[in-house]
Amino acid sequence: MFNDTVLKEIEGIKAKYPDRRSALLPSLYIAQREFGWLSQEAMTCVARSLNLPEAVVRGTASFYSMYKHRPAGRHVIQLCTNISCMILGAERLVDFLETRYGVPANGTSGDGRFSLVIMECIGACGTAPAMLVNTDFYDNLSEKRIEEILENYK
Amino acid sequence: MEKVLLKNTDNPDSADISEYRKAGGYRSLAKAVQMEPRDIVEEVKKSGIRGRGGAGFPTAMKWNFAMADPKFPKYLICNADEGEPGTFKDRPILEKNPHLLIEGMVISGYALGAEYGYIYLRGEYPAAKDILEAAIEQAYREKFLGDDILGKGIRFRLSVHQGAGAYICGEETALIESIEGRKGQPRTKPPFPVNVGAWSMPTIVNNVETLANIPYIVEIGGEAYSAIGSSDCPGPKLYCVSGFVEKPGVYELPMGTSLRDIIYKHAGGIKNNGKLKAVIPGGISTPVLPADGIDCAMDFVAMPKAGSMLGSGAVIVMDESVCMVRVTYRAMKFFEHESCGKCTPCREGTDWLRKILERIEHGKGREGDIELLSDVAGVMSGRTFCPLGDGAAGVVTGMIRHFRNEFEEHIRDKQCKFRN
Ligand SMILES: Cc1cc2nc3c(=O)[nH]c(=O)nc-3n(C[C@H](O)[C@H](O)[C@H](O)COP(=O)(O)O)c2cc1C
Ligand code: SF4
Repeated sequence: MFNDTVLKEIEGIKAKYPDRRSALLPSLYIAQREFGWLSQEAMTCVARSLNLPEAVVRGTASFYSMYKHRPAGRHVIQLCTNISCMILGAERLVDFLETRYGVPANGTSGDGRFSLVIMECIGACGTAPAMLVNTDFYDNLSEKRIEEILENYK
Repeated sequence: MEKVLLKNTDNPDSADISEYRKAGGYRSLAKAVQMEPRDIVEEVKKSGIRGRGGAGFPTAMKWNFAMADPKFPKYLICNADEGEPGTFKDRPILEKNPHLLIEGMVISGYALGAEYGYIYLRGEYPAAKDILEAAIEQAYREKFLGDDILGKGIRFRLSVHQGAGAYICGEETALIESIEGRKGQPRTKPPFPVNVGAWSMPTIVNNVETLANIPYIVEIGGEAYSAIGSSDCPGPKLYCVSGFVEKPGVYELPMGTSLRDIIYKHAGGIKNNGKLKAVIPGGISTPVLPADGIDCAMDFVAMPKAGSMLGSGAVIVMDESVCMVRVTYRAMKFFEHESCGKCTPCREGTDWLRKILERIEHGKGREGDIELLSDVAGVMSGRTFCPLGDGAAGVVTGMIRHFRNEFEEHIRDKQCKFRN
C-alpha cells in the first residue's frame, strides 16, 4: 500500500473534485512515480485508495498512452515523429537512437538505460524535431545534439 | 498591432505575478468585478469573438446557453489539451503568460456564475504544469482566486487536471469523461455540455486562447475589440507556423491575415529559398492546400470557402522535397492510433486507410488503390460519431484532390522517389 505521505497527497487531490473517481488519472500518475510503472501492485494501491474496483482502474489506465504498463528504462525518451518533426528529419533520429544506443522504437535498450516512446506531437513544431527526456524538454534536434544531451542521462 | 496574448512574453519573468501586474495585469478583473455579470457577457457578445479551439463557435452564444440553465454548480473548463499536430499556440500562453489565462478564467467564471474551474492540460506539457500551478498559488495568495476575490465575496477555485496522452480528450465531451476519471470517449450530443457536462452539471469548455482574450475584451470593450481583424470573426489570433519556413514560430496577428502573408511576410518565406509545394493550414485534421491556394484570409469564414479550415491556426509548410504520400500515411498513422474505438467507420476506416497508404508509400500499391482510398474516405465522411473520423477522411480526400499524380507515380513506379 502507499505510504502515508502519498495517501495524504491523494486525499488532497480528491478534495479538488466533487467525486472520488475524478482523482483517478492524477492518482495513476502518482502510482507511476512511486513504482516506476503501473504494475499490478501499483494499480491495486490506486484502486484501494480511491475505493474503486480494480477493473475500472486497469481499464481506464489502458486507454491513455502516457501510463507505462511495463517497466521502463532508467530514462524515458519521448520523441515526436508527427508531420512537422517528420519532414525535418525525426525518422532519421529514430534510426540513430536504435543504432547508437540500441534502443528500438517503443522499446528499451538492452542495458536498461533508455526507453524510447514514439510520440504524437509534443507541441514543439516550430523548433522541430523535439523530444522529452523524462520531463526535460529538448528541441532543434540533430544526431550530434542528441549525443550531447544524452551524455547527461547515464 | 499591439500584442495582447503574447504581451510581455519576451520578459524572462513574464510568468511571475508581479511582472504581470506591472504590465497592467489583473486590472481587467478589478474592472469586471465592478460590473454586473450580464454586462460582461454583453461585452463578449459585442466583441464577436469565436472560440479558438478549432470549431469557431461564438463564445457568447455558448455562455448564454450555460447561463440559461438553472442548475448549479456550473463548471468552467479550460481546454489546454492542444493535441492537434502542428499546434503549439496555447503553449506560450500557458508557459509565459499563465496569469493572463487565470485572469480570463476568473472573469469568465464570475460572468457565468461558475465557481469552479479546471485547466485540462495535456500530459505532454510537464513544464507548463509546474508553471501554472505556481501561478495559481500566487493568484490565491493575492486574492485573485479563492472564496473572497478582491474582497467582493466572489468565489472561483481553480486547479490543473493533467491529461495522459490521448488526442481525443481534446474533444470537449471526451475531455469531460476524462476529467471524471474515465476513458476519453465522446458522449452523445445532445445533451450538450452547457446543460449536462462535468458531473452532470452545466459546463462551459473553452480553449486557452479564447479565455486569454477575455481580459482584453473587458479592458477595451466589445465594440472596440470587434474592429480588430475580420469583421465576421474578429480579434487577435495566434498562428503557429512550422515546417520549411525561415522563421517558424507563433505569430500574433489580426484574425484574417492572409495565409500568404503569414508564410512570406511573417515567417520569412520558404527555407533556403526552396519552392513551396503545399500547406496544411490549420493542423493535420484540415485539408491540404496547394502552393497556388494560399491567397486566402485565415479565419473561420473564409477558409471553408478556400477549401480547408482555420482549425487551430497551425500552418505546416512543405517544400518540393516533401513526399505527400508519406505525409498522408503519417497523418493516418496518427488518426488510427488516436481513434478512440467507439464507432466503426472511424475505428475500421482509419485502419484501412493506413494500410493502403502504407503499401502505396512502400512501393506495393495496387491498381485501383486510389479509388479504394476515396471509397473508404467517402464511406467514413459524415458517418462518424465525432469529428475525428471525419477529419481523417477529409485529409485523404484533400490530398488526392491536389496531389493525385504523386499517388499515381508511387503506384506506377513501385517506389517513393523522395526516399534517399
Ligand atoms: C478530435 C478533436 C480534438 C480537439 N482538440 C482540441 C484541443 O486540443 N483544444 C481545444 O481547445 N479544442 C479542441 N477541440 C475542440 C473542442 O471540442 C471544443 O470545441 C473547444 O474546446 C471549445 O472551445 P472554444 O469554443 O473556445 O473553441 C477538439 C475537437 C475534436 C473533435
Ligand atoms: S469518430 Fe473516431 S474518435 Fe470519434 S467517436 Fe468515433 S471512433 Fe471515437
